[in-house]
Amino acid sequence: MGEFILDQWWLALIFIGTLVPLVRQFASAGIMPALRTLDRRWIFLLMFWSVLLPIYFIGVTGKTFPEVPSALAEATFAEIDRLNPGDPVLLSFDYDPASEGELQPMATAFVRHCAEKKLKMYFMSLWPVGPQMLQNTVDKVITADFPSLVYGQDYVNLGYKSGYEAVIKVITTNIRELYTTDARGTAIQDIPMMRDITSVQQMKLIINVSAGYAGVKEWVLYAATPYPSLRLVAGTTGVQAPLVYPYVPRQLRGLLGAIKGAAEYEKLVMDAYGGPAPDPKYLEGLRRMGPQLVAHLLIIVLILVANVLYFADKREARQ
Amino acid sequence: MKRTVPMLITAAVGFTLIGAYFVPYTQNWGESVAIWFDVLAAIAFILGGGNLLRTHLKRISDQGRGWGYSAIVLVAFVATLFVGLGKIGVAPSPQFPDHAWSGQYRQTGSAFWFMYQYAFSPLTSTIFALLAFYIASAAFRAFRAKNLEAKLLLGTAFIILLGRTFAGVALTDWIDPANWDGFRYFTGLRLENLTVYIMAVFNTAGNRAIMIGIALGIVATSLKILIGVDRSYLGKD
Repeated sequence: MGEFILDQWWLALIFIGTLVPLVRQFASAGIMPALRTLDRRWIFLLMFWSVLLPIYFIGVTGKTFPEVPSALAEATFAEIDRLNPGDPVLLSFDYDPASEGELQPMATAFVRHCAEKKLKMYFMSLWPVGPQMLQNTVDKVITADFPSLVYGQDYVNLGYKSGYEAVIKVITTNIRELYTTDARGTAIQDIPMMRDITSVQQMKLIINVSAGYAGVKEWVLYAATPYPSLRLVAGTTGVQAPLVYPYVPRQLRGLLGAIKGAAEYEKLVMDAYGGPAPDPKYLEGLRRMGPQLVAHLLIIVLILVANVLYFADKREARQ
Repeated sequence: MKRTVPMLITAAVGFTLIGAYFVPYTQNWGESVAIWFDVLAAIAFILGGGNLLRTHLKRISDQGRGWGYSAIVLVAFVATLFVGLGKIGVAPSPQFPDHAWSGQYRQTGSAFWFMYQYAFSPLTSTIFALLAFYIASAAFRAFRAKNLEAKLLLGTAFIILLGRTFAGVALTDWIDPANWDGFRYFTGLRLENLTVYIMAVFNTAGNRAIMIGIALGIVATSLKILIGVDRSYLGKD
């Protein structure tokens, strides 16, 4: 750390320079009065630095925090790892660029894991901008690192269909009712890997990356619950994870919650398939745990400071 | 008549679908209705677009407050629609090279792709990222341990905030049976384990209770609508 600060002295200088007016304010007005009238832009600045500095540090040094996979991450990993080459899996990417920062690492790790296992991947989305998320992931993982996988034989992009849960309801019994072509406009019957697929019930696993409605809850309600043989694992945003915990483990076999879940799952995938020097694009979750740590610590400090102020004011008022 | 016919349609469709769920022979009826829903959902996009145009055109013509933003919305809407539907900059698909519009509207390098990649994606990501700043500010201004409930909430928040990062591990990794054999009874107190416990027990119990309550409420409301007791969905006229 000391070496990093010495090397990046200019950054340390800018960091200190931006906080000098705040320190002067504390020195002139006193700590407690300055905190009482603290402009919220100082908080914004602190949050800015608490996110930027770890990103820069991890970017320069490549160091990440060690991660211990939780039982849920291990269950998610095991669900995919137990499958045999050629088994069909449905990957539904139900998120948009707003939650890309939180969900893209797990989407990348899911596709990498499926590609390593040589599973047949059927991509789809219930969100209008999902196809872009899906295409970016395919380009990043399959096109770049698994060029031997053939479109139409090893993976297919079914694209987006409007209707939210109604789409799930239909494709669980008859996929061809809704999907007559893939996203490229090729007729379903002309796609080799679609020939034997008539419904989602034939999938060995459904993998859902979800940012809200329609997403994991709908997959649980309209696919995993009425058809208990369908197995479902999901990666969700931090906000959504507590809402789907009640479905674990019977309706939802594995759950990755936010960046923490992504980092745990990434570790499992990279330990198993990453080799000695994995590409940083497969370590995005682990890398993003750094800014998350500092930002969380900042929030805790802010809450503590605010409560110290609150109790001090209360005591003063009583006296 | 104006209210009776829609009410009868609602009741007939509703009860038929309830029956279809339980009678195996009629289960594909539900599938057909879901396809109607898909068609309606697709048409709803047109209605949504029409409504957006009407609302913002009205605000512009009235020169109402923030009419400039409405103008930006309309320009962005029309431009996106134009480049998407017109497939501007899209090369024909290799399968159908003679058909100019056979390529995908979001093909890499097309105008729509460009708008998505360099406008939509960074803008939505930026808006979402702003949350971090507002959460920090709100934490400082609003999170006070005023009563027992607030104190419990605060304690839980600290455990989750720490437990979801490496700080949780670093702060409590001394609770390790390798350090003292007696710690094997207390590993549950490590922050990362406490976080899982809170999520899996307290959170799950609370959420299940809420979900069951909501489900019962939906059943009651649905029955009221189907048997015609609640007619508010038909409007006032």
